[in-house]
Amino acid sequence: MTGFGVIPDHGLDWLEASGEHSDVVLSTRVRIARNLQGHAFGSRARINDREAVLRCFRKSAERSQMLKGGALLVIPEVPVRTQEILHERRLVTRELLGPEGSVPATSAAIHFSVEDPVSVMVNEEDHFRMQSLLSGLRILEAWQIVDQLDEELGREIPYAYHQEFGFLTSCPTNVGTGLRASVFMHLPGLVLTKEISKALRGLGELGLTFRGLYGEGSEVIGNFFQISNQTTLGRTEEDLVDDLERVVRTVIEKELHARQVLLRDAPALTEDKIWRAFGTLCYSRMLTFEELMNYLSGVRLGVSLNILPDVSVYTLNKLMIFTQPAHLDQAAGRNLSDEERDAHRATLVRSVLANDGDVSGAAEGIEDNGTP
Amino acid sequence: MAEMKCQQCGSLDAVVHLTQIVNNEMSTHHLCQKCAAEKGLQSGEDPSSSHLLDLIDKMASGLPDASHVETIRCRFCDLTFGEFRKTTRLGCPQCYETFGDQLPRLLRRIHGSDSHVGKIYLPPDPSASEMEKRLEGLHRKLDRAVQVEDFERAAELRDEIGSLALVKEAT
Repeated sequence: MTGFGVIPDHGLDWLEASGEHSDVVLSTRVRIARNLQGHAFGSRARINDREAVLRCFRKSAERSQMLKGGALLVIPEVPVRTQEILHERRLVTRELLGPEGSVPATSAAIHFSVEDPVSVMVNEEDHFRMQSLLSGLRILEAWQIVDQLDEELGREIPYAYHQEFGFLTSCPTNVGTGLRASVFMHLPGLVLTKEISKALRGLGELGLTFRGLYGEGSEVIGNFFQISNQTTLGRTEEDLVDDLERVVRTVIEKELHARQVLLRDAPALTEDKIWRAFGTLCYSRMLTFEELMNYLSGVRLGVSLNILPDVSVYTLNKLMIFTQPAHLDQAAGRNLSDEERDAHRATLVRSVLANDGDVSGAAEGIEDNGTP
Repeated sequence: MAEMKCQQCGSLDAVVHLTQIVNNEMSTHHLCQKCAAEKGLQSGEDPSSSHLLDLIDKMASGLPDASHVETIRCRFCDLTFGEFRKTTRLGCPQCYETFGDQLPRLLRRIHGSDSHVGKIYLPPDPSASEMEKRLEGLHRKLDRAVQVEDFERAAELRDEIGSLALVKEAT
């Protein structure tokens, strides 16, 4: 099966805006990297290595309480647009899919658990990347979920492990714990009050780093930032998770304070910015994705400050996902040109805002079956 | 995302998007590969990889016989240290042994440490010493769970310690 019907909640439960501080923190992701002993890592793996890795995973997944009965999608068997939709939903990395326009590598796969919010990418840069993606600020919970899965799989799979260096990974920036925890945050208050660089300064010294929405080489748009741990060696997993949590909570505090400063010192300007963003989204006929993200930022701030009480954060989260190219193409039932996409995007945004967050029109064909 | 123009030469394939925060002002520049290279910017999957390249370069150049190091070759996957320097990716688990003299220095630069203190892995069919190490790790976790008053987790860990200790004794 290659459709979305097999993925629990279509891989979208992290959008529900249910976790703590969900108006500032969109989502929390924790992933760990593991490799199978005796086989070359992703970049140097031959076809027989990749096949052995997938075979080993399949066998272990059947015995895992958390994975059995789940959905395994082997990427080369999945239609291209569905692959892109998985990427836009942040469920797979570009690395797993292979360079755009190329044939995906043999035996690259993703397995979704039906029991828990956790999935495993197989044959990515590392052989196994387990990840939990949750709504809101839930770092510890996400870590405990992947930790539990790691324990289960580790009893079955002989991992590449070194007494001195810990869990071995393809890139030396992941070695040791193999743990990367990241929190995706919306920080318009800090950007507008020009406090952002002060708030994010010094993250490096704490072994943390920040970057934009798509993580890899993308610019920061719409005041969205992702804060994650940079070091993976020489600290315990619990310390890495605790440190990130502590820093993120401080950034949240500063962000909430900055929003109050905006309301106190520039109420008319702030309200104007928010209503203009909302008005533009309600009436535009053409929207690029970048424009949309910037207006969504204004609207999201308005919702959080209770200036736009009738819009929900969940709706805004859904808009971010359903307005990306592959999602728009899927809803249209064909590949759109860039210009057509901008028009379809604006139409979708107007309709979703007018219908209280209902994306069923856009989701048609995706929710039932991922194939075009 | 739609194709973007390079702000330097106007070609339609800006692939490097640089966001800078200078004096509290955030600015974004879109550049094509060529113009980015001229400005000394790398287009990488991971923004930290150019930093990593830099570190590996410094590491190799600091060694007494850099050219010899370049040709060290992993017997298992055939990767040379020179290739690792270019790609920043190791080829296989064995590479950590092959480049065992060079890596600790790089790891200290990246992580501020060259030794793992996290989870102790217990492989399938473990030896007694592997079980011993694992028990030490579990005790550390238990202390922590108690410290943060996560008693449910502490109870699970006690069970795990108990059963692993039994297995260890039986072997």
